[in-house]
This record gives sequence, C-alpha cells and structure tokens, in this order.
Amino acid sequence: MIFNEEFETLPRPALEAVQLKRLQDVAKRVYERVPFYKNKFDEAGIKPGDVKSIDDLKNLPFTVKQDLRDNYPFGLFTLPMEDIVRIHASSGTTGKATVVGYTKKDIELWAELIARTLSAAGATKHDIVHNAYGYGLFTGGLGLHYGAERLGASVIPMSGGNTKRQIMIMQDFGSTILACTPSYALFMAEVAAEVGVDFRKMKLRAGVFGAEPWSNKMRLEIEKKLNIDAVDIYGLSEVIGPGVATECVEEKCGLHIFEDHFIPEIIDPLTGKVLPYGEKGELVFTTITKEALPLIRYRTRDITRLTPGTCSCGRTLVRMDRVSGRSDDMLIIRGVNVFPSQIEDILLEIEGIEPHYQLIVDREGSLDILEVKVEVNERLFSDEIKKLQVLEKRIEKDIKEILGVNATVKLVEPKSITRSEGKAVRVIDNRKF
Amino acid sequence: MKVEQISIFLENKSGRLAEVTKLLGDSGINIRALSLADTSDFGILRLIVNNTEKAKEVLKKHNFTVGKTEVIAVEVSDNPGGLAHILDILRKKDINVEYMYAFVERSGKDAVIIFRFDDIDRAIQILTENKIVVLPGEKVYSL
Repeated sequence: MIFNEEFETLPRPALEAVQLKRLQDVAKRVYERVPFYKNKFDEAGIKPGDVKSIDDLKNLPFTVKQDLRDNYPFGLFTLPMEDIVRIHASSGTTGKATVVGYTKKDIELWAELIARTLSAAGATKHDIVHNAYGYGLFTGGLGLHYGAERLGASVIPMSGGNTKRQIMIMQDFGSTILACTPSYALFMAEVAAEVGVDFRKMKLRAGVFGAEPWSNKMRLEIEKKLNIDAVDIYGLSEVIGPGVATECVEEKCGLHIFEDHFIPEIIDPLTGKVLPYGEKGELVFTTITKEALPLIRYRTRDITRLTPGTCSCGRTLVRMDRVSGRSDDMLIIRGVNVFPSQIEDILLEIEGIEPHYQLIVDREGSLDILEVKVEVNERLFSDEIKKLQVLEKRIEKDIKEILGVNATVKLVEPKSITRSEGKAVRVIDNRKF
Repeated sequence: MKVEQISIFLENKSGRLAEVTKLLGDSGINIRALSLADTSDFGILRLIVNNTEKAKEVLKKHNFTVGKTEVIAVEVSDNPGGLAHILDILRKKDINVEYMYAFVERSGKDAVIIFRFDDIDRAIQILTENKIVVLPGEKVYSL
C-alpha cells in the first residue's frame, strides 16, 4: 500500500528536480534567518545561490548534535515562537536536551510521513493502531499518533508501561497494528505467555518497530511469537522524529527514505567525504521542507549504506540498510540515547573527581540491562557498608533522573576495569543485534 | 585512647581476602583484630594491625583502596552481661554504634571490643566517666 503514490514513486529525474528546488529554498531560508548557518556558510565561502545542482550539496557545511546543544533551546529555529506549535526534546549530556520545534505545516508533514510508514506496513483506515511508544517529549508517541489519525485508522494512545493492561486492551479492542520498540514487542510476548494469553490468536497482523537497533534475527523472533509482519522504521528527532524512512512489508529489505523531504548522503565519518551508493559510512540528512528547524547535512552518527533502484513495492526511493552501528560511542538503551560522557558527568558531579567507570549493556530476555561499574577510590570509600550502598543508590537515582534509564551500579576495586593501552574500556555491549 | 583501624574495599570474588592477608604477612605485619562486612557485591575488611602506616602503604602499592578510621577498643570482662552493661551506658546517652566487633585477649580473662562511633570523643568521655576501660592504641597494637 502506498499512501502518497505520486511522490513515493516519482521517476528519479522528477524527484531530483523537486529535491533541487527545495534544497535551494532551504539553503536560502537558513542563511537568511539563522545566524549559526549564516556564519557557517560565510566561513565556507558559500552563498545559497551557489547551489545549482544536487551535487553542490557536498559543499555545504555539516551540522552536528553539539550545534543544537550550543544553540539550546531554540537558537536554530528559523521562525518566531508564534509560528511554532509543538516542541519535542531528546535527552542530552547533563540533562541538556536536544530541542526540536514544529510549525503547523511541519506537524502535517510529519503526520503524512507516518501515514506513509504505516501504509508501507500494510495499514489502512480500517486498522486499530495500538501505539505503545512513549508519549511526551519523546517524538515516538505523538509522531505515530498523528500519523495513524492522518491515515484514518483508530489510534489507541497507550504509551509505554503496564504491560499486562496493554495486552488486555490489545485483546479486548482487537488491535491490528502494533507500534513500539522491538524489544518491548518481545517483552510483551513474554508477559503474554506468563499470563496465558496467546498472541497468535489476537487480531494483530503487523507492527512498526524502531527507535533502537535490532537485527533480522530479532525480526523473525517477533514475527513468530506475535504472528505478525514486523517492519523496521527509522527516524530521529533532529530530522523530524519517526517517519524518515521505512521498510515496505512486501520486501522488508532496506528502508525507503522519504527523499522528497530528506536528502540522504553517506560520508566517511573521518574525512567527511561523500561516499558512493553501496559503500558503508555515516548517514547524513538535509531536511528540505521542514519549516521550524531545517537542518543542513545533519550528521546522524548512524552507520549504514544506501541502495538505489525501484523496489518491487513500486517505490523509487533510495533504501538504507538497517543501521549497523554508530560512528560515536552513543548507546541506545531501551530506546534512550546514552553517551558514556553523560555517566562521567554524573560521577564527576557526585565527588568532584572522575572515577574510572565502565558501562556494560546486556539483553536479558528482550530487555536491555545497563550495569555501571565504578572503581572505588579513596574519596568514594567509606569503612561503613551503608555509606557505600547509599552511594550506589545515589548514582542509580541520578542516572535515572538525568538520563531516564534504569541502571544497576556496582562498586568495584581500583584498576579492575579493563584498560586497553592505558585507556579504560568504557563500554562493553554484549547485546547481539 | 583512640585506635587506628584500616579498612579495605574488596569485591566479592574468591582470593581477594587471601591476597590481602598474604601481602601483610609477607611484609611482616601482624593482624590484631579483624572483621569483614559484606553485601552481595562487595565487602569491607577492617583490620587493626601492629603497623598501620606500613600496612596502608603495602596495600595501596598493590592497588587496594584503603581507608583509615579511628575506633576505640574497650576492655570487657569475659562474663555474662559484660557487653550489655556497656551498650546500656551508651543507649542512655543516645550514642549510636556504627559497627563493632570483638576478640578475646590471649589471657582469656577479658574480651576486647572495637567500637566505631560517629562522635568518638563524646563516646570516650562517657565510657571513662562510667569506669569502663578504654585501651590506648599502643596497647591494642601489641596485644
């Protein structure tokens, strides 16, 4: 099913003509309205008028996550707040979030992109969409919600948590489409089994899963346990939220990027040089239609590759592989972005010194488990057990409050954390994607 | 009146305690009293030794986290009710014991109890006022 037949199946030359017009427009908009971009363009010696072809995109400056933080909260918006109708945010270092804004038109665009996404998974207005993405500052919940409404489906705004109730509602309301993180889908299956509910007897027929990395093996597991088609969806709040790219249920082989709104590039993360189709590198997006917060060549840090060609589903849009890794040390734990440096800041805050630490991520059943090992130095040490236990609890509480993830803190002896060439190994990710 | 105690952070894994005692033994340090407090993940080994500074130095050199705390050692007659009497004095003055451990003197006549208080000076004052024998550090190190 194709929601926007015209734009999702545009012949390449027509698509590229649309892209160029929109790219020229966005370059002009950011240059005129955002001091940050004016400076960047000027430094690079480029004027918006220099963009004469899509190929000229490679001469424009990059945008990175830190740029959003440096301009916190609204510094990169192109429009005054009276034109902004929605604000979302994702967690960031020491509680400073990455803030994104939307105009009314942006929200409409976003809804359409999610409607496209749901259609690609086979959903129609006759479906009942069970939306278990978190509602709130996170873009998942409201993003999927508006898109399902745009499609004309019936949305159940479940948000996360209270899994037994979710299963009961899914059963009683006859939900047909599930939207959540892939690990939560598997967790639901486990809980359903515990309470004696057979997922395979439910009306559920497809699911759109994203917000964290997952593997094809995990897809097969979800499809078997829930008896549904499991479709991978991709997005990030800086670009718009979910709805940047999606697999089609026909092929489930690569995610179609909605190129009429986002131009993707693959670059070498070290040199910044653009790589040809088929080569693995860092994914970069330029948003060409967004009004409130357009971004030029935003570096996602996600590693993937692009494959051109018309798909059997009819879409002419380029496909990206499942994200295979990150070009930085960011971890995604239960859908939450976690940087080791954030944990470092928390520890620094507590004792004014930086102890050695290590993050160990595991997957227990289908849920991510984060353990934080902290080496006990003399500043942290006490001869009383309860003081050390209070310390552990305090670090856990700070991590929960600042990063929004549950972690188990374990105090360990000095020099017990593995060091490689003198440098402590900060992250051990035992999850198999 | 105060006794120096060293405390060592230990992870709950086999061989750690053996390593500490071996290091001390090889350095000619004699352990006078000890206690081990533990949780599921880690433990704290508390020791009174005949040479605190040297023990600290040796352990630190081998990457152990070592702390030094002042505790007091109290002589208690090795009879029924001996400890209860002391605790009763402390309770009446509202002094909280953070932790304690005991050992018996070689003569077997008296027991020695090591106490850790938050307000150590006040505890010493109250105990001596009540005619409880608080042992000087030197005596404990050479017991």
